[in-house]
Amino acid sequence: MLEVFIFATLNGLVTGLLLFMLASGLTLIFSMMGVLNFAHASFYMLGAYFAYSISLHFGFWTGLIFAPIIVGVLGALVERYGLRRVHQHGHVAELVFTFGLAFLIEEAVQFFWGADTKNYQSPDLLDFPLFTLFGQEFPAYRGFMIGISITIFISLYYVLTKSRIGIIIQAALTHPHTVSNLGHNVPLIFMGVFGVGTALAGVAGVMAGPVLTTFPGMAVVLGSIVFVIVVIGGLGSLAGAFIASILIGLLQSYAIASDVGMPDLLNLLGIEFSRDHPFTDLWTLTLPQIAPILPFLLLVLVLIFRPTGLMGKREQ
Amino acid sequence: MLSADDNNSKNYRENKKLAMRTPQIFRYFVLSILLVFSSYTLSQEPVRIAFMDPLTGAFASIGNSGLKQLQFAADYLYNSKGGILGGRMIEIVPLDNKQSPTESQLQFRRAVSGGIQYIFQGNGSAVANALNDAINRHNRRNPGQEVMQVNYSAVDPILTEENCSFWHFRWDAHANMKLNILTDYIAANEGINSVYIIGQDYSFGQVVSDTSIELLRQKRPDIKIAGNEFHPIGQVKDFTPYVTKIVASGADAVITGNYGADMVSLARSIIDNGLDIPIYTFYAAYDGITATLGEDGKDRIRLIHNETSNPIPTEQRKEFYRAFKAANPNNDVTQPRITNALMMIVQAMEETQSTDPYDVGLALEDMRFTTIGGDEVWMRGEDHQVFQSLHISVHTDEGVEFDADNSGFGLYTEYSVPLEETIVPVNECRMRRPRR
Repeated sequence: MLEVFIFATLNGLVTGLLLFMLASGLTLIFSMMGVLNFAHASFYMLGAYFAYSISLHFGFWTGLIFAPIIVGVLGALVERYGLRRVHQHGHVAELVFTFGLAFLIEEAVQFFWGADTKNYQSPDLLDFPLFTLFGQEFPAYRGFMIGISITIFISLYYVLTKSRIGIIIQAALTHPHTVSNLGHNVPLIFMGVFGVGTALAGVAGVMAGPVLTTFPGMAVVLGSIVFVIVVIGGLGSLAGAFIASILIGLLQSYAIASDVGMPDLLNLLGIEFSRDHPFTDLWTLTLPQIAPILPFLLLVLVLIFRPTGLMGKREQ
Repeated sequence: MLSADDNNSKNYRENKKLAMRTPQIFRYFVLSILLVFSSYTLSQEPVRIAFMDPLTGAFASIGNSGLKQLQFAADYLYNSKGGILGGRMIEIVPLDNKQSPTESQLQFRRAVSGGIQYIFQGNGSAVANALNDAINRHNRRNPGQEVMQVNYSAVDPILTEENCSFWHFRWDAHANMKLNILTDYIAANEGINSVYIIGQDYSFGQVVSDTSIELLRQKRPDIKIAGNEFHPIGQVKDFTPYVTKIVASGADAVITGNYGADMVSLARSIIDNGLDIPIYTFYAAYDGITATLGEDGKDRIRLIHNETSNPIPTEQRKEFYRAFKAANPNNDVTQPRITNALMMIVQAMEETQSTDPYDVGLALEDMRFTTIGGDEVWMRGEDHQVFQSLHISVHTDEGVEFDADNSGFGLYTEYSVPLEETIVPVNECRMRRPRR
C-alpha cells in the first residue's frame, strides 16, 4: 500500500507541476487582459510539435531551448497583430478570437504534421531509472520534469515579486493608465507577458510530448482541465494556480490509485443490490473510474462555496 | 490574333453553313445518337459509398488511415480498371462523425439525403450501435431506399447477437471470438499466473473485461485476475498512475482493448516505468503507435487480428501493399478487412447486377470469398458475422518485410488459428428479415 501511495504522490506532483506551467501563463494573461485565452493549450501542443521537429535534426536539448522561444514569438505576434486589434471590440470579440485560434492551430498541426501520433522520444541521456522503490522504477525524465517546473515556478515568482520589471508588470496589470503616464510602454509589456505566457505553455509541451505522446488531440485533452485550475485557484492568482495545479494532480492520482467505490460504501451500510438493478452502473461505480471528472466536480463545489476561487481577490 | 469571340462566331457561321447543307435525316441520326449517349452517361453515374469515422479529434489518425485504405482499394482494384457493373465508378464520400453517436446521426442524415446506400463505419462500438439503430429505423420507414451498414471494425458482440440486423454486416471478428483465441494463447503460457485487465469505459471495454475474466476462469482457473480497471475513453493524459497499480498488483501480463492515443499512452507508460511484462492487445500497431513503441516494445506487445501480417502469404497482396505505399508513403495497410468488405460487396453487386442493399445483402449471406491474401472468408447468413483465420502477432523488427510507420518495426505472426476453429455458435440473434 505504501508503495502505491508514494508513487501516486510522485505521479500527482509530475502532473500537477506540468499543469501549473500551463496554468501560470494562462492566469497571467487573464489578469492582464481580463480574457481567458482559449488557445492556450494549443500553444502547448505547438511546443511539443516544434520540439519534435527540431529534435529530429538537432536533438532533444536544442528543441527544449528553441521550441519555447518560437512559440513565445508566435504568441507575441498573435497578441500584437490579432488580439490587440480585436481588443477595441470588447471582451466577447477577444474570447471568440482565441476560440477560433484554437481550432485554427489544431487544423494547422494536422495539416503540417498529419493526424497520427508522432514518435517524439525523451533524450537518451535521461533514459534510466532515477531510483527503484519496491521493485518499481521512477524514470529520470520525470524527475527532470519536476526539477524544471519547480525552477520555473521559483524564478517566475522571484521575477514577478522582487525584480523591477516584475513590479512594473504587476502595476500594469492593476493600474495600466498610471503606469503608462509614468512613461512605461504598457502595450509592449502586455505583448511581453503574452509571449512569456505562451512560451511557458511551449515548455510544458516540449516536456510533456515524450511522456503524454504527441498527437493532434493533446491540446483538447489538457485544455479544459487548465481552465478548471485557473478558476479553482482564483482568476489571476499565480499562487492560487500553483496550489490548484498540485491539488488536482494529486487528487486525480490518488483517486486512480485508490480501490474504493460504491460497492464498498454499500457494504459498509449493509445494503445490497442485485446485478439486474436498473441503476446497477451507479452502484458499481468506483473511484478510479470517475477520477478524471473529479476536477470538474471540485470546480462546481468551488464555484458554489467560494466563487472567487481559493486565492482570488476579485469581488463582484 | 483572333479573339475567342471571333473564333466562336466564325465556327457558328461555318456550322450553320454545314447544317444547311446536311440532309435532314442525318441530323435526326446525330440527335438520336446524342440521346442514347446521354442516357448512357446517366446510367454510368458512380456508386457512392460513405466512409463515416472520426476524421478530426483524438482518434483522427485511425479514421484518416482507414479512409485512405478504402479510397485506395476502390481506385486500385476497380476505378482504374474501368469501374464496376459495366463501367460505373466507385465514389468514396468521407463523413466525419468525430467518434460521437450524436454526430453520426447527423452525418447519417447527410448520407441519406445524398442518396448513399452503403456506409462503412468501424471505430467505436457505441457509434456502431447508434448507427445501427438509425439505419434500422430509416430502412423500416423508407422501403426501396434502404441503407447497408458495412461494419469493418466495431467488435462489440451485441451487433451480431441481440441487436443483429439484416442491414448490418461485420467484417471483423467480434471481441469474444478474438478473446477466445487470445485466452487460449495466454492459458498455454505456463509463466503467466496473474493478469491485469485495463480498458476504456464503454461497451467494448466492458465486453473485453467481462469475457476475458470468464474465459480465463474456464481455461486456467489458477490464473488470478490481479486487476480490472476502466478509464474514460480519450480523456486520460497520463497512464502512469494506472501503471503504478499494475506494478503493485504483481501481474504477469496485461490485457487491453485500448486503441488510438489511449493505446500509445498506456504502452508508453508501461515501458517508461520499467514494467517488463507482456501486453496483449487488439490494436497496438500502426498510425504512429508502432513508431512510438519502437525498440522498447520489441517482443512484448502482441495483437490479435484477422489476415496475417508478416510474412505476407501471397504475391498479389504484396503487390497491393507496395502500390498503396507508393501512393501513401506515410500510411500503411492497417486494416485489410476494409479491402475484403469492399471486394465482397462488389462481388455481390456484380452477381446480382444491382446496387440495391437488399439484393446485395442476400448475395452476401453465406458468401465464401478468397481474399487477396489467399485467406478464405465466410459471411454467416444467420447473423452476418464474418469468419476467417485469426492470428496473434508480435511487435518486432525481425522478419518484417512490410514494416509500419516506416519505422523498421512491424508485426510478425506467431500463432494462427484456421477459420473452422474460430467459429462460435449463433447467439441470441433473431433477425427481422425485410419483406419484399
